[in-house]
Amino acid sequence: MSGTDRARRFEAAVLPHLDAAYNLARWLLRDEQNAQDVVQEAYLRAFRFFDGFRGGDARPWLLGIVRNSCFTWLRERGRDHVEFDEERDSDQHDPALHEAIDGPERLFERKLERTQVNAAIAMLSPLFREVLILRELESLSYEEIAQVVGIPVGTVMSRLSRARSMLRTALAAADEED
Amino acid sequence: MDPHEDTELSGIVKMQAERHAAPAALRERILTSIRQAEVPSQDVSAQHGSKFQGWRQWLNMGAAFAMGILASVTTVFFLTAISAQERLAQEVVNSHVRSLMAAHLADVTSSDRHTVKPWFSGKLDFSPPVHDLAQAGFPLVGGRLDYVGGRPAAALVYRSRQHTINVFVWPRDTRAPTPPAALEVQGFNVIGWEDKMMQFWLVSDLNVSDLQQFAAQLREAAAAGSPRPNSNAKP
Repeated sequence: MSGTDRARRFEAAVLPHLDAAYNLARWLLRDEQNAQDVVQEAYLRAFRFFDGFRGGDARPWLLGIVRNSCFTWLRERGRDHVEFDEERDSDQHDPALHEAIDGPERLFERKLERTQVNAAIAMLSPLFREVLILRELESLSYEEIAQVVGIPVGTVMSRLSRARSMLRTALAAADEED
Repeated sequence: MDPHEDTELSGIVKMQAERHAAPAALRERILTSIRQAEVPSQDVSAQHGSKFQGWRQWLNMGAAFAMGILASVTTVFFLTAISAQERLAQEVVNSHVRSLMAAHLADVTSSDRHTVKPWFSGKLDFSPPVHDLAQAGFPLVGGRLDYVGGRPAAALVYRSRQHTINVFVWPRDTRAPTPPAALEVQGFNVIGWEDKMMQFWLVSDLNVSDLQQFAAQLREAAAAGSPRPNSNAKP
């Protein structure tokens, strides 16, 4: 097979997911320019590894490469808390958080501003931000998220649940400040 | 309902959180870098490095509208299932459009075939036939290196009145699609043929009949293996 065919197959399979890739990188790195650079680098890496891609949906495969590139970028620059911290990031629920979730207040009734929601998500640590973005904005299934992040499905579910309760707490706090 | 889901919060996030769309420029950057990575041999990549840098330079210079056009061309290109021939025709047209927009029509500007033809030697692994058709109303403008269909190509530039004609030439390859007898891509006419050695793809905004006339002149000159006899040469 000629090299060009390979490039065309790659472009046809992987380029349609550019928006998803950029959105993930943009949320993880919280910077436009850096997100562009990292996504471009991730695409090149994906192109190099394309022979290892076994067909099917290229999206989780690509997003896995993008997220790894982002975390490498963050780690190298010492940004954010990218390493898993047992105490902070444990999947055990914090009873105080449960109270916040189960409380009578309904977030829906509050007028949450777009900027508040975006800011609250941006404040989550990257490991939680990542699963939330993949689930809510990219509508990936638990299995797909597990594939992207490289963790078991059960961990995806608990991490997602933890991310949501933290987001709820943050939104409730943001609302009270008004 | 999935007990793990939190529909209320999901709704808020889906509605309020921003889904960042990739800038059009990023798509172009990626395409360029993939094609650059795709260049097979070392010397070819060295030769073409400067050309790609040239592209990148002007791409970065904020020619936003140009990138918009390229991005939509690329999108159309990938969304439509098209034949290999049409795909290559599209690529040739893209290259034609780029050559006009980037103010990078020719690497060697000369109407003298004895200047243009030798310029390619050492830059390509083949020697494209170059003919001056000024007598027929198609003066040679120059030549440049290009990269089409995954391989280096010679692009010869001719003019007819105010119209530019790009003639892409590369050695015949049985795996590559044959050139179209006549095809219209985005308002540009694409016609081509192949002889024993080479493939020729012509692109221009010139009307079909004039372009076909030019093609006939070029084929005739190529078949003769020399420029057409120049009976009205100026003293």
